[in-house]
Amino acid sequence: MSAHQHRMRIRSCAGTLCIARGSMDVKKALEKELIKRDLQTDIEVCMGNCNGFCGKGPVMAVEPDGVFYSELKPKHVSRIVEEHVLKGIIVQELLFKEETAEDRLPLMKDTDFFGLQKLIVLRNRGLIDAESIDQYIARDGYAALAKALGEMSPINVIQEIKRSGLRGRGGAGFRTGLKWEACKEESNLPKYIICNGDEGDPGAFMDRSVMEGDPHSVLEGMAIAGYAVGAEQGYVYVRAEYPLAIERLQKATADARDYGLLGEDILGKGLNFNIEIYPGAGAFVCGEETALIKSLQGLRGMPRPRPPFPVHKGLFGHPSVINNVETYANVNPIILNGADWFTSIGTEQSKGTKVFALTGAVKNIGLVEVPMGTTLRSLIFGIGGGIEKGRSFKAVQIGGPSGGCIPAGLESVEIDYESLKSVGAMMGSGGVVVMDETTCMVDTARFFTNFLVEESCGKCTSCREGLKVMQDKLTDIIEGRGREGDVEFLQGLAQHVSATSFCGLGKTSANPVLSTIRYFREEYDGHIRDKHCRALSCESLIDFEVMDDKCTMCGACYRKCTSGAITWEKKKVASIDREQCTRCRNCIQACRFRAIR
Amino acid sequence: MHDLHATPERPCGTQVEAIPSHELDRLEEIIGRYGGRSRYLIPALKDAQEMFGYLPKEVQHRLAGGLNVPASRVFGVVTFYSFFTTTPRGRHTVRICLGTACYVKGSTRILETVTNGNGLGFNGGSTSEDGRFTVEPVRCLGTCGLAPVIMIDADVHGNISPSNIIKHFDNYS
Repeated sequence: MSAHQHRMRIRSCAGTLCIARGSMDVKKALEKELIKRDLQTDIEVCMGNCNGFCGKGPVMAVEPDGVFYSELKPKHVSRIVEEHVLKGIIVQELLFKEETAEDRLPLMKDTDFFGLQKLIVLRNRGLIDAESIDQYIARDGYAALAKALGEMSPINVIQEIKRSGLRGRGGAGFRTGLKWEACKEESNLPKYIICNGDEGDPGAFMDRSVMEGDPHSVLEGMAIAGYAVGAEQGYVYVRAEYPLAIERLQKATADARDYGLLGEDILGKGLNFNIEIYPGAGAFVCGEETALIKSLQGLRGMPRPRPPFPVHKGLFGHPSVINNVETYANVNPIILNGADWFTSIGTEQSKGTKVFALTGAVKNIGLVEVPMGTTLRSLIFGIGGGIEKGRSFKAVQIGGPSGGCIPAGLESVEIDYESLKSVGAMMGSGGVVVMDETTCMVDTARFFTNFLVEESCGKCTSCREGLKVMQDKLTDIIEGRGREGDVEFLQGLAQHVSATSFCGLGKTSANPVLSTIRYFREEYDGHIRDKHCRALSCESLIDFEVMDDKCTMCGACYRKCTSGAITWEKKKVASIDREQCTRCRNCIQACRFRAIR
Repeated sequence: MHDLHATPERPCGTQVEAIPSHELDRLEEIIGRYGGRSRYLIPALKDAQEMFGYLPKEVQHRLAGGLNVPASRVFGVVTFYSFFTTTPRGRHTVRICLGTACYVKGSTRILETVTNGNGLGFNGGSTSEDGRFTVEPVRCLGTCGLAPVIMIDADVHGNISPSNIIKHFDNYS
């Protein structure tokens, strides 16, 4: 490693989303500019891992200042070099500006988006090159493994994890310490450590960020688990849609082996532990642990009944610990800082933090990590910056297809496992999709039901057939064929499917339907009785009529109409010819005054 | 060597002639890579699909023999997982995300725009006339920060709208 000291380091985000927006072009332009001015030995340019602020990419961070530039293009580079690098003047217009702030804020920690977060799982984000094991080590990487092997017995490790109160971050929230302990007590060798990287919930990309941006944090957590329970082989099951994660994990595994941090006799302490990366092939149900095990064995990913639980009988019939990516990423900090430190964060029953993927109608889209117990209000309006386009908050979907929606009015709900369940939702893996008044809740229920119909493995009749019937009924309602009694029918069927399916997919499939009926019953009634969708989303249930008293005569709808169905003149109210109208809804989306019903 | 991708004469989904035996011999390399072990069936099928573009019966049978797995099980796996196809696809696979975050940002309109005209030649089907692209709706690519999102092969393209999607296709021959 070179002993040369750079006076400044600029990190260009190399996460999938920033790359898709052109961050590598920005980085190349920056390198060229620095060479042009002969600054390349003074200023280091490197790849950064995902900073979580995906909605504003490409992003670049300047160290040691902590200044954060966003939404960059190659043309911005010369100004940054000319003013910031050479003269120390921050380029104000390229800084991230929060909607609620007067000025642009240069320092990350001063913004609400970053300031309200607490980073444990994402401790290295934006600060390391994801492909460098040295940079991981420089930030206490593998120090927890060394401490566990050198100073703790396997029982000590398990006790520490138990005391920390860490609960599985994949969604179910089972106590990790108990899981490891149960596996330790089994004597049937070999045992396995499995990481569930199948993140299939629509709207969730937390695990992607960790696998791509900090792969070693996962490997270290797995190695410590292996030591604790007596396993010598680990597998990371990564969904096929994440090719970069597969690549980075493979590189990380190879680098760790080179350094003697994986393989035989790790750190000379006698632990043997190897990790293999296994790809998925596009099946949401393989995120269910027993289906995942089948998939790892090259079979169809169809769940089986539990008991026996995988800790007793798992991969190839042997005791296996299966935990989520985020769960393993918590292990290093817990071992290094101690269980007491971890329990000081979070609530009584839910310790530590949770990473959320905040998307949908919020201004600040991205990945955020907050202490358990943070309110929805803080998440959506503090960190999220509130609803964009001047619209209002209607509901938030938490927990993906297994979760439910929480309506406006319940913003004071604290985020932890128990309180979310009590309002009909679920922590899930961490996907949080915010919805405004243009989202139809009946359509949302149908969206999730469609998803589950496609992804159901088909084994249980109730799930396979019942979900299809629910899908058809919801489609009838959305297309104007709803009848009195349909809502009660849906409720009864949903509860039945839930009660008679044996895997998590079927068991929780009722949640989207039941939670939308619970909080938005009047929307269902409006679709059925009035044949009207108040969100103006279901095209069969829209009148396509301009309301004279609301129309401001701006002509926006006229300009967006693709079928010539709208007539308008300056200073006149617009009108829509229903014969010509193709129901594309361009006019509704263009109208800023909600003048079309 | 066979060009096994979809063409105007042989659109996606049609019956094609079987891959000849000497070409199937190339599968030995994949079988060797996984030591002939049955539990690596899924990665083996992924590699085989990359090699041939699709997984017809004759490829499935060869892999079944090489990995010591009943052919019926291979068929079961191929038909279970959505990444596998038994019919030829276009040279590039376009995945249009219909996950929650993309859905609330209007991704179904994008799917309609692509398959129903706009000079890409899909004509309501899933493969373009010139055999370049096969379009597939998928459920969440995990890049929700850029919703709506599509993937063309391994490249992610975000902030897609019906008006800008066409220009992304131009970069792929």
